[in-house]
Amino acid sequence: MAPSTFQPTSWRTPDIEEYRAQVRRFVATEVAPHQQRWAKQQHVDRELWNKAGALGMLASDVPSEYGGSDGNVAHQTVMIEELTAVGDTAFSISVHAIVQQYILKQGTEEQKRRYLPKLASGEMVGAIAMTEPGGGSDLQGVRTRAERQGDHWVLNGAKTFISNGFLADLVVVVARTGTEPGARGISLLLVETKDRPGYRVGRVLEKLGQKGQDTCELFFEDVHVPADAVLGGETGRGFYQLMTELPYERTLIAISAVAAVERAVQITADYARERMVFGKPLLEMQNTRFVLADAKTKALVARTFLDRCIEALAEGRMDSVTASMAKLWTTDLQCEVIDDCLQLFGGYGYMLEYPIAQMYADARVQRIYGGANEIMKELIARSL
Amino acid sequence: MRLTDEQRAVQEAVRAYVQAEIAPHAAEWDRTHHFPKEQLRGLADLGCWGIAVPPEWDGAGLDYSTLSVVLEEIAAGDGATSTVVSVNNCPVCSILMAFANAAQKERFLKPLARGDMLGAFCLTEPHVGSEAGGLRTTARRDGDHYVLNGVKQFVTSGKNADVAIVMAVTDPDAGKKGISAFVVPTATPGYTVARIEEKLGQHASDTAQILFEDCRVPLANRLGEEGMGLKIALSGLEGGRIGIASQSIGMARAAFAAALAYAKERVAFGKPIFEHQAVQFRLAEMATQIEAARQLVHHAAALKDAGEPCLKEAAMAKLFASEMAERVCSAAIQIHGGYGYTADFPVERIYRDVRVCQIYEGTSEVQKILIGRALA
Ligand SMILES: Cc1cc2nc3c(=O)[nH]c(=O)nc-3n(C[C@H](O)[C@H](O)[C@H](O)COP(=O)(O)OP(=O)(O)OC[C@H]3O[C@@H](n4cnc5c(N)ncnc54)[C@H](O)[C@@H]3O)c2cc1C
Ligand SMILES: Cc1cc2nc3c(=O)[nH]c(=O)nc-3n(C[C@H](O)[C@H](O)[C@H](O)COP(=O)(O)OP(=O)(O)OC[C@H]3O[C@@H](n4cnc5c(N)ncnc54)[C@H](O)[C@@H]3O)c2cc1C
Repeated sequence: MAPSTFQPTSWRTPDIEEYRAQVRRFVATEVAPHQQRWAKQQHVDRELWNKAGALGMLASDVPSEYGGSDGNVAHQTVMIEELTAVGDTAFSISVHAIVQQYILKQGTEEQKRRYLPKLASGEMVGAIAMTEPGGGSDLQGVRTRAERQGDHWVLNGAKTFISNGFLADLVVVVARTGTEPGARGISLLLVETKDRPGYRVGRVLEKLGQKGQDTCELFFEDVHVPADAVLGGETGRGFYQLMTELPYERTLIAISAVAAVERAVQITADYARERMVFGKPLLEMQNTRFVLADAKTKALVARTFLDRCIEALAEGRMDSVTASMAKLWTTDLQCEVIDDCLQLFGGYGYMLEYPIAQMYADARVQRIYGGANEIMKELIARSL
Repeated sequence: MRLTDEQRAVQEAVRAYVQAEIAPHAAEWDRTHHFPKEQLRGLADLGCWGIAVPPEWDGAGLDYSTLSVVLEEIAAGDGATSTVVSVNNCPVCSILMAFANAAQKERFLKPLARGDMLGAFCLTEPHVGSEAGGLRTTARRDGDHYVLNGVKQFVTSGKNADVAIVMAVTDPDAGKKGISAFVVPTATPGYTVARIEEKLGQHASDTAQILFEDCRVPLANRLGEEGMGLKIALSGLEGGRIGIASQSIGMARAAFAAALAYAKERVAFGKPIFEHQAVQFRLAEMATQIEAARQLVHHAAALKDAGEPCLKEAAMAKLFASEMAERVCSAAIQIHGGYGYTADFPVERIYRDVRVCQIYEGTSEVQKILIGRALA
């Protein structure tokens, strides 16, 4: 593809591109060769977390006083982009990063000192447990409950669809700590999973795609956690904390969506250039040219919006409505463009050996998790 | 259109069988890549393998409208099974009906229509799918035999079939007129299953790459005259398109039914999600699209049954129904939320199964080429 002189980015500094080169090497050696095996075992190798941690890739946007690398969301972006470039969906560094943001932005000083360095090194893998079997969209309806007993909380409930659930050492659990209805009774508890009686990881769910990602059910049966496990130390603030950090999570999803769109256009253009139909390259058929022209245009529109989102997030001025728009629009686009691209592969597009088929299966959930896209519209509509 | 009493009776019988014997196992077959021999036998006993084949050739003696009804029912239970049955009907049986001589019909069509033999169709090659005229597989005449050499790609039932209709070049200098059609028992030496593809969906149906290496086929197995191959291959596609369109509708219908039931049960924000306008409108649209596609397919089938030209209509039906089905199945996943992405709910599989309907038996783009030609 001809290079574009349109440079919409301010976050792609030379520094960032240097980091990208390092990440790319890491992904090429430590991720790409293992993808099929991970898909089969339904999780990445536990050591991958330690390896990435040792290279400073797990906490790029956390201050160094807590074990991070003093970078910002641009570094996370690079990591997500490079993983997407090899089609990886198993290594959920995003969820891990969000856990760190919760603790960094909302945690007590003691919680930061206790957990952030371990999350940065990969000694601990993080997960977030919001969704329950009975509901994911309506977060105020959570039923998991923590009762105060002396200097402990006793946790009971079930969670489902928890990314990183199988390997998680630290789970941010959304639970009711009070009797107040709705948002007010909700707190986030930091639950260490090692040697924690009553904590049980259910099966790793079988999914349409993202097969190497350990998405699990989690069960809590009279799980005792210390009184100071409440994020930020104060109960009843959980819903507010969730709402504050969800824009970060949603922007990360948008980053992966746009990276996937760009990859799809690239690999499809490459295929269409090589594949001959009716005596000429598929890329010379007007339909192909127009489908890909459309996709490439949308990819750049998405990229331009996304870059603004990344800048805003880096500067701490991302708002919830804009993040919802980014998540909604880019994930819808991802599914649309990948579907169009798959079609151009003909029968080969249906074969898992071709990355486009895998991308199709992996993409579909992006419109569901991180808040279903209907919920994004609800949130956006409220700003009207 | 309205179904006739006979069509309704067939529909009820097939639906009862499919819902009892196929639908409950579809998820398991998908997981284990199990080829449902026993249930295919059951479908054969109901006459589903040679629906439009006359009784004198051991078929059910019904028409394409009924074929459409039947394939919708099978696909509503399992998309992969419907593909196997679909190929056996069209193009395999339909080609033999039109081009086989009496001896060939006796030997191949009868057992295929009864379900004692399973049929495959070998047209696509690794380098060429949409352009049926660009084949490289050759059939060289050697005494009273032809010797086949080449590679065929994406052959449905390539491993499980007993007999394959194979398109091969007999006269390399004659271009499109140099292709001939052969009936090849898969037990013939030189017919080798080179690989089984790992697909996005339809795991219960094997899609194979077939290697022909000095595969000797008697002269008696040639269909029609030398050079008629392309005409023969394309003749089977109209009915095939009605078949794939019907399968699309069946899969969409199953996903829709699952989503509707789920929407009425699942509660979010204090009410069944069916009560949220966005969900209800989505379901309304899905129902409308399914019905529109069904009418279009039945219209094409009715034309074919009346002996009227229906190339354009069959192409339109295949195009519209297959694209509709992808949208409907995707919407069904969305309505299921996170559960829709897991193998615990049928919509996950149906979404994977249905995507190929826009690709095989002529891609959507090829359908547009055909419709475009009809408009020219
Ligand atoms: C692979 C995967 C990974 C995940 N990872 C995590 C994780 O790490 N942590 C976590 O907590 N959760 C996770 N989730 C859960 C995910 O966030 C939820 O599935 C999602 O929020 C939707 O919730 P639900 O599945 O309960 O659907 P429901 O809330 O039951 O919604 C069902 C359907 O109804 C629609 N709907 C609901 N309310 C309305 C309304 N008011 N108006 C219109 N439509 C409505 C929804 O949009 C959806 O289409 C994951 C899910 C998957 C599949
Ligand atoms: C599961 C499965 C089962 C199958 N079963 C069988 C079978 O039993 N027997 C058999 O013979 N084949 C079978 N096929 C093959 C199928 O029919 C072909 O894949 C299909 O015809 C497309 O051919 P292709 O894959 O070579 O794509 P190509 O022909 O390479 O097409 C690639 C892309 O180019 C587009 N294109 C092609 N020509 C044009 C044009 N002129 N203008 C614009 N766009 C164009 C196509 O629409 C497509 O999007 C099967 C395929 C699958 C996936």
